[in-house]
Amino acid sequence: MAERVVDRHNEYLRIEGVSKRFGDFVAVDNVSLSIYKGEIFCLLGGSGCGKTTLLRMLAGFETPSSGRILIDGQDMAGIPPYERPVNMMFQSYALFPHMTVMQNVAFGLEQEGIDKNDIRRRVDDMLGIVKLGDFAKRKPHQLSGGQRQRVALARALVKKPKLLLLDEPLGALDKKLREHTQFELINLQEQLGVTFVVVTHDQEEAMTLASRIGVMNKGQIVQVGTPTDIYEFPNSRFVADFIGSVNMFEGKLIEDEPAHVRIGCPELETTVFVSHGISAPPEAPVTVAIRPEKIEMSRSAPVSGENHVTGVVKEIAYMGDMSIYLVRLSSGRLVRVTIPNVERHDERIVWDETVHLSWHPSSPVVLIQ
Amino acid sequence: MYRSLLSTVKNWTQPRSLVIGVPYLWLLAFFAIPFVIVLKISFSWMQPIQPGYAPLIEWVEETRRLVVSFNFDNYQVLLRESLYVETFLYSVKVAAVSTFWCLLIGYPMAYAIARSKPSTRNLLLMLIILPFWTSFLLRVYAWVGLLKTNGVINNTLLALGLIDQPLTLLYSDFAVYIGIVYSYLPFMILPLYSNLEKHDLTLLEAAADLGARPVKAFMKVTLPLSMPGIVAGCLLVFIPAVGEFVIPSLLGRTDQLMIGTVLSAQFFGARNWPVAGAVAIVLLLVLLLPILLFQRHQRRELEAVRR
Repeated sequence: MAERVVDRHNEYLRIEGVSKRFGDFVAVDNVSLSIYKGEIFCLLGGSGCGKTTLLRMLAGFETPSSGRILIDGQDMAGIPPYERPVNMMFQSYALFPHMTVMQNVAFGLEQEGIDKNDIRRRVDDMLGIVKLGDFAKRKPHQLSGGQRQRVALARALVKKPKLLLLDEPLGALDKKLREHTQFELINLQEQLGVTFVVVTHDQEEAMTLASRIGVMNKGQIVQVGTPTDIYEFPNSRFVADFIGSVNMFEGKLIEDEPAHVRIGCPELETTVFVSHGISAPPEAPVTVAIRPEKIEMSRSAPVSGENHVTGVVKEIAYMGDMSIYLVRLSSGRLVRVTIPNVERHDERIVWDETVHLSWHPSSPVVLIQ
Repeated sequence: MYRSLLSTVKNWTQPRSLVIGVPYLWLLAFFAIPFVIVLKISFSWMQPIQPGYAPLIEWVEETRRLVVSFNFDNYQVLLRESLYVETFLYSVKVAAVSTFWCLLIGYPMAYAIARSKPSTRNLLLMLIILPFWTSFLLRVYAWVGLLKTNGVINNTLLALGLIDQPLTLLYSDFAVYIGIVYSYLPFMILPLYSNLEKHDLTLLEAAADLGARPVKAFMKVTLPLSMPGIVAGCLLVFIPAVGEFVIPSLLGRTDQLMIGTVLSAQFFGARNWPVAGAVAIVLLLVLLLPILLFQRHQRRELEAVRR
């Protein structure tokens, strides 16, 4: 998960208070965003969160009910899709079934009225980049899913757009191919210097692709940040829960110092010591979120008495690279813990063993909303 | 050998082959057998007594010989007499022009129906099919009432003062075109609709996204993809229109017949069954050509999808 540097001086796309209503339904609710030149920005959210509608407004297929969209400083209001400096890769790829790969890729250039030889050369170059040179004469139905995806990408990129919109670009590929393709996609983006806006419901895809992620829920952007920001410092219960898996415990602030806080969690049967301050009113109800991989599990009690509970192993799921344990505390609450399987012949903890769970004071995230 | 025969017999008795068998039996009884009968008649000699034609193969008792007498003149007459060639060409022309107009009128209608809301779509389709609930003959007669010299159209135009002499609308090529286009329009619209309705509209969005204006997107994407519908619609109009005889005999010119009218006149008027048979066979062969082309086209499409 390499963090790519975002040049914040070079704003390319600006979304200002954009809303989209379909009748009574608000699909996109007052979204404001700045997207910078050369970044891969992922709009991440569940189905029906408005991410696709937002993307379609950028492409010009939907008109915002209110707000403005500016691309490279130019207001896009009233500009039809065929005049926007934007290209889109559709979720279904939308390849023209009656045209060959070459004709599909050339289609966009033909609309620009470019010289035939130039078109030919640029199409050949682009097919070379996506490694489809040998398939130029094939029709889409003669290609595999991965090849179709690359044709769709080539068709959108050959027009050298400044901004490429990708709707679930890896959604239709199987797992092995996805992993391979997502690195190819990043390479291609760096090579061509195009700004990508990607819509996805798959957090893993968003994490690997994106330089920044905007998490959407019910038509609103709930958090914008780098993949690390979003994962390690979620700003709400929704984001913490949506990205990865997380243990969340309701609690109350009982000690509030600038450098640390202590939170009482009845479910955890202990107080949680957090080694950083938070800004919340005293006695306010808060949620403590701890990622499963940040909890240590052992048969013997840890040295420090802080942030320590005991429980009994109830479920084990062996995933190969790691195992997921569900540990029941005496309060009845189940805690999810993931342990990497470092050694092959480990004396692994088994069902019904009593275990000690502990975590570092910097690990919990305190959520106020 | 025995085994394969056994399995063939077994296959025949499968329920599946029974289901497939019914339409084939139907075709055998009502197409293949009548076709052979007409073919036989087309090679026989005309005879004034019943049944109107001489048998091809006959056992003559007096000479104790089997007499086989084929008459190829029925076909030669078609080439020799310019009437047949002319009416053939005229029929093909009328059918072609009518098909063209059906396409021109039917395509936008099919397109509009396919793109309308699902709730209105059924209503619009219903309206297309509705005329079939009235007798075809009645509907053609209605056009006589509309087009004749003191018919509805002329009277309206006269009353509005747009013309001061009634127009000659009836008994003309124009009237035949109107009749055929009107009667066969649904056969153009329905296959076009069923094609256009299946189109993936994201293809048009993709075309727009790649810089194609709506008209260009239509020409480059929608039109080529609707080709199977266009071909099917055109054949469904063209083929019956060539052999059409009710519409030209009710609305058409008296100095220029269509081949269907000639055929019916030979059968029922002149009672020359052998020549009528020959006309029918030639007509069938002429029409078989576009059908075969269409089938080849369809097969290629199917193979393309399967691959």
